[in-house]
Amino acid sequence: MDNLQLKKYANEVRKGIVTSTHSAKAGHPGGSLSAADVFTFLYFEEMNIDPKNPEKEDRDRFVLSKGHTAPGLYAALANRGYFPVEDLKTLRKLGSYLQGHPNMHIPGVDMASGSLGQGISAAVGMALGAKLDNKDFRVYTLLGDGEIQEGQVWEAAMFAGFRKLDNLVVIVDNNGLQIDGPVDKVCSPYPIADKFKAFNFNVVEIDGHDFDQIRSAFNNAKETKGMPTCIILHTVKGKGVSFMENNADWHGKAPNDEEYATAMADLAKIDAELA
Amino acid sequence: MADVKKIATRESYGNALKELAEEFPQLVVLDADLAGATKTGIFKKAYPDRHIDCGIAESNMMGIAAGLSLTGKIPFASSFAMFAAGRAFEQVRNSIGYPHLNVKIGATHAGITVGEDGASHQCNEDIALMRTIPGMVVMVPSDDIEAKAAVRAALEHEGPVYIRFGRAAVPVINDKPDYKFEIGKGQLVREGKDVTIVATGIMVDSAIGAAEKLAAEGIDAEIINICTIKPIDKDIIIKSAQKTGKVVTCEEHSVIGGLGSAVCEVLADEYPVKVKRIGMQDVFGESGSASELTHKYGLDAEGVYKQVKEFV
Repeated sequence: MDNLQLKKYANEVRKGIVTSTHSAKAGHPGGSLSAADVFTFLYFEEMNIDPKNPEKEDRDRFVLSKGHTAPGLYAALANRGYFPVEDLKTLRKLGSYLQGHPNMHIPGVDMASGSLGQGISAAVGMALGAKLDNKDFRVYTLLGDGEIQEGQVWEAAMFAGFRKLDNLVVIVDNNGLQIDGPVDKVCSPYPIADKFKAFNFNVVEIDGHDFDQIRSAFNNAKETKGMPTCIILHTVKGKGVSFMENNADWHGKAPNDEEYATAMADLAKIDAELA
Repeated sequence: MADVKKIATRESYGNALKELAEEFPQLVVLDADLAGATKTGIFKKAYPDRHIDCGIAESNMMGIAAGLSLTGKIPFASSFAMFAAGRAFEQVRNSIGYPHLNVKIGATHAGITVGEDGASHQCNEDIALMRTIPGMVVMVPSDDIEAKAAVRAALEHEGPVYIRFGRAAVPVINDKPDYKFEIGKGQLVREGKDVTIVATGIMVDSAIGAAEKLAAEGIDAEIINICTIKPIDKDIIIKSAQKTGKVVTCEEHSVIGGLGSAVCEVLADEYPVKVKRIGMQDVFGESGSASELTHKYGLDAEGVYKQVKEFV
């Protein structure tokens, strides 16, 4: 898919994030927006999937280890055709299948998540399952840079590196902010690349909003044999919405009506630029 | 009594995994550096490619088991009860229970019969923890026969299952021609009319010993073996309580949250009677041999006999 088309889809995903969290009056827009481009790339270009047959056996798998950014995943799934975009407005509402964090009842969701540090282990298990049965599907998992403070992430990384799971891609959304503030002020995870290298990963660091770099990183992962790949995305938390960018306050807060209008105007401006 | 066959249920667990491996080709076994102790090493020796040692990282092991189940495997994740149910509780809850995955947890070295290792390794809380997870089946086999039957039943059941095994060798008590195992069904071990003893795991044998002593004094105890603590067999408990009017529960576990609590929940809802809960009385264990410890904490036949007699 060409980059212009990807950018258009990514903007639709961002609108879905803003719309769903506004409607829910809750949720996590900041980290959803920083990951909107990688969500778009995974679901519109990278992964072998079929929205009409979400359970197809040889599909690539995705585990949203940073489960709180469900609005981003849901917006990508909806725009890809797994369920109606209109349903995003039911996010977090009683009776809706779009739960606050991903669960098994949502079309296209491969694993429930939300408790940080756990998704990566499930992804490692899926990658191991593929290896045990000589299946060639690939497994992707997205983590937050705050999430990697969880010790379980490193248990999983040690196992994946040791087992040479080259069908596994661990993506870290390095937007630099967690709820309590900058990650390097709360409890620094840096240097992230060196840590994954030490756990026997192939590591690629890129601009997480540049589709050429994203494409080349995932190609690099596919060409790398004998070790899992970690892609560190340098991103802007709240990307695309002027007042949310680089502001930790927007980690887990929904826009009110006025802020919603401003945010949608920001995204309309991006649409106009892409037209 | 010297010819009574004794075998630890962890040994039965390892043997069952090996014996069922051909029949269940999707079975894989995970361990966290304790294959020798949990006895999954028996399976590992026969099927090295289907045994995955995750190293000393139980939380990650539970997540890997979850992921494997999503690719069609039936994983048995094994460690000591303290680490499987304790350390990894939240992983079991969120990565296995909430998505209702087909993962089986084989937890060994439960209760105080762990012995010499002492309180840090004597898990008296696992039944309580596991039975609060929606959809989780919780089983505590009493001997070799029941342990093997429980492993098979777990493999045939779709969904998460927790099975609790012990370290110490215990007598075989279920070698009867009419023995039939079913998840959720209790077993009437001894008919009686004066008091009902509901026991689980190794405490079934203690209850049998206690009933013999009680009988000598004219107290006729009924014994029910509850292997499946969740879902619990309400009918067998209520029926017996209606007959005897007095219930004693016996478990090698805290009296808070385990079998005793589960039985009280059933009776409180449906047929309130007086209940005595025998088990660990809200205390930690300590180092000692298994028999010394069960004696000290009133969990051997003599301890059960004394407590039942006092209660009746």
